[in-house]
Amino acid sequence: MLKPVLMPLGLTVVLSTPVQAAAPASQDQELRELRAQIQQLQQEYDQRLKALEQRLQQAEAQAAAPPPPPPPPPPVTTAQNGNAFNPKISLIMNGTYAHDSSSAPATVPGFLLGDEATPGPSGVSLGETELAIESNVDDQFHGWAALSVKPEGGIGVEEAYVNTLALPAGFALKFGRFFSDIGYQNHQHAHAWEFVDAPLAYRTMLGNQFGDDGLQIRWLAPTDLFLEFGSELLRGGAFPAGGERRDGIKAWTAFAHVGGDAGSGGSWRLGLSHLHANADRRPDGGGIATDFTGTSRLSILDAVYKWAPDGNPEVTNFVAQAEFFYRSEGGTVVNDPSGAADTSLYNGHQRGFYVQGVYQFMPRWRVGLRYDRLGASNTLSNAVPGTTLQTLADNGGSPQRYSVMTDFSNSEFSRFRLQFNRDQSRPGQAVDNQVFLQYIFSLGSHPAHQF
Amino acid sequence: MKNTLAVMLALTAGALALPAQGALKVFACEPEWAALTQELGGNDVDVYAATTALQDVHKIQPRPSLIARYHQADLVVCTGAELEIGWLPPLAEKGNNPKVNPGAPGYFEASHFVSMLEVPARLDRSEGDVHPYGNPHIQTAPDNIAAVAKGLTDKLAEVDAAHAAAYRQRYAQFSAKWTTAMQKWAAKAKPLNGIAVVSAHKAWAYLYRWLGITEVATLEPKPGIPPSAAHLEEVLSGLKIHPAKMVVFATYQDRRPADWLSQHAGIPAAELPFSVGGTAGADDLFGLFDVTVDRLLVANGAAKP
Repeated sequence: MLKPVLMPLGLTVVLSTPVQAAAPASQDQELRELRAQIQQLQQEYDQRLKALEQRLQQAEAQAAAPPPPPPPPPPVTTAQNGNAFNPKISLIMNGTYAHDSSSAPATVPGFLLGDEATPGPSGVSLGETELAIESNVDDQFHGWAALSVKPEGGIGVEEAYVNTLALPAGFALKFGRFFSDIGYQNHQHAHAWEFVDAPLAYRTMLGNQFGDDGLQIRWLAPTDLFLEFGSELLRGGAFPAGGERRDGIKAWTAFAHVGGDAGSGGSWRLGLSHLHANADRRPDGGGIATDFTGTSRLSILDAVYKWAPDGNPEVTNFVAQAEFFYRSEGGTVVNDPSGAADTSLYNGHQRGFYVQGVYQFMPRWRVGLRYDRLGASNTLSNAVPGTTLQTLADNGGSPQRYSVMTDFSNSEFSRFRLQFNRDQSRPGQAVDNQVFLQYIFSLGSHPAHQF
Repeated sequence: MKNTLAVMLALTAGALALPAQGALKVFACEPEWAALTQELGGNDVDVYAATTALQDVHKIQPRPSLIARYHQADLVVCTGAELEIGWLPPLAEKGNNPKVNPGAPGYFEASHFVSMLEVPARLDRSEGDVHPYGNPHIQTAPDNIAAVAKGLTDKLAEVDAAHAAAYRQRYAQFSAKWTTAMQKWAAKAKPLNGIAVVSAHKAWAYLYRWLGITEVATLEPKPGIPPSAAHLEEVLSGLKIHPAKMVVFATYQDRRPADWLSQHAGIPAAELPFSVGGTAGADDLFGLFDVTVDRLLVANGAAKP
């Protein structure tokens, strides 16, 4: 850095010497002027040299101190083409190997099952592949769609909704098709469940999961305690509603959630919800159809507690959840409407609950236990033997199930699960031992975590 | 009557001592931003820290208490750069608070004020849980804190214009103190210049740049993928070619892999606070870097301070 400065200085010295030696008297005037100029030059260079030395000293002093903060980054330049506005896309792939020890039809005494409630196929099978697309629509709306591709082909719309982002006073609206916020597990997509299959209460009373077309309004209280109220007005197209003439609002829900933290590592949520559904000749999922016409009223109490040391789930963590279902149904049931058309008045009360705990005992590895139980006290005026009506009128079954699972997650995006069920949900508590091996992979955008 | 007056006066005095009723409610995603907001906001702000230094910020769930706090916030202060990608979007969806949603004036992203390191040239999940906008752990270097402090002061003055002068005054004080402290740390940390270390997670890019430290290996085979026994063996044998002075890990991380390497390679393990509250002594931002520098120096062979 000093070199360019010293060079002109040296040049000055070299220049001044021969000029002095060769000077004749007649050129005194010129010589004096020249000397004056050279002196001036020398002075200037002296000053500049001093200034530079000073700057050098300063720089040396500063070198001990950290470098100055870097300049602000240039604007993000990844937006080189239209792709920058593409929505977030993720694809969930899952598949199962299942083995059942019983091949008897999977009926449950005291319940009419919806068409989604039949167990998955045994052997190796691909599950539904889920494609989720999500983006803000503009400053007011956010959109989300989850399409499920069935292994045999065909695309189903699991969810497709738009929700508001900027309503005042703690309100939010959601409309389209969505999983209802009743219960705790209901709004979770199947790949986020802690077990391969849905709890028996979900399977029998909600057809595994309740989603419908409609509108949801939700209000959040301005308190440090989490307090949320909501209601949904629905088409009534999905089990336990369903059937013909879906004009008007054929199902509605109401729910309340309260939650908070407990200690440094715990958090909890309690929920109370209700579903009121009208069915009009709603077919069940059996081989010979049984239609139901009437109302179905379901109340759910749900609780979840999560814990991790200091709230850090890295090494170990624990999740406990339980839900209690109580349902009243009234109306008429018709077995084989296009054939024998056996008709009966039906008045039913059903209960169900599950409790489960999942514990991560070391990074990536978890174990889980679940217990399910159902009960019914139904009255049928005409329980024709050998038909679904007889199964529905069977109050003595007390179906139950024990499940144990272990899973391994290489990262947040992949999971393998092994599960064993001792299922006694068939009439007479006949035992079915079930084994599942499942994989779940998530490709694309980082998925949102769930509570 | 007199009693009523006395009670009212006492209540008023009590109210003045606490953060004022109208204090700006700030939801800080990470403890370092909570601490910085507190430095700059004093009693004009009421700060809630959504996470602690004992938690892995990548793995937070949008739990009910966070939704309730997000809902009431006037300002949300986060690192950004997709560090909170797993839980801030669900908070925005469930928190019903348009004032602070990403993009709104009440949302502040610290990483905007810092030039990002380790921006991946290749985006592929086979590289682990990579962050497309670069390494988001910007709080590990004090010059980043200084840059964010300036931006945060402007944001506080913007959303709470009535107290703008107070924010700027506190910033001037903080900035002066911080510059002095930075010189002190840099002078003290000179022996660390040029050393090689192994880290548990790619969490220290900014700290290493600041102190001139080289990272020769990480215990995680890829970011976000926990260390396996096979990978630890690999790291251990790699140390024979590229020796390291120590293994660096954060309090929130599983300490067993770090201890394992420390024992087998015969090098010390340095447990760093990572953020405010991570270890004893890291009670504020100044303490955070005091402890960080001290622990690195101890692991490097200095006597305990």
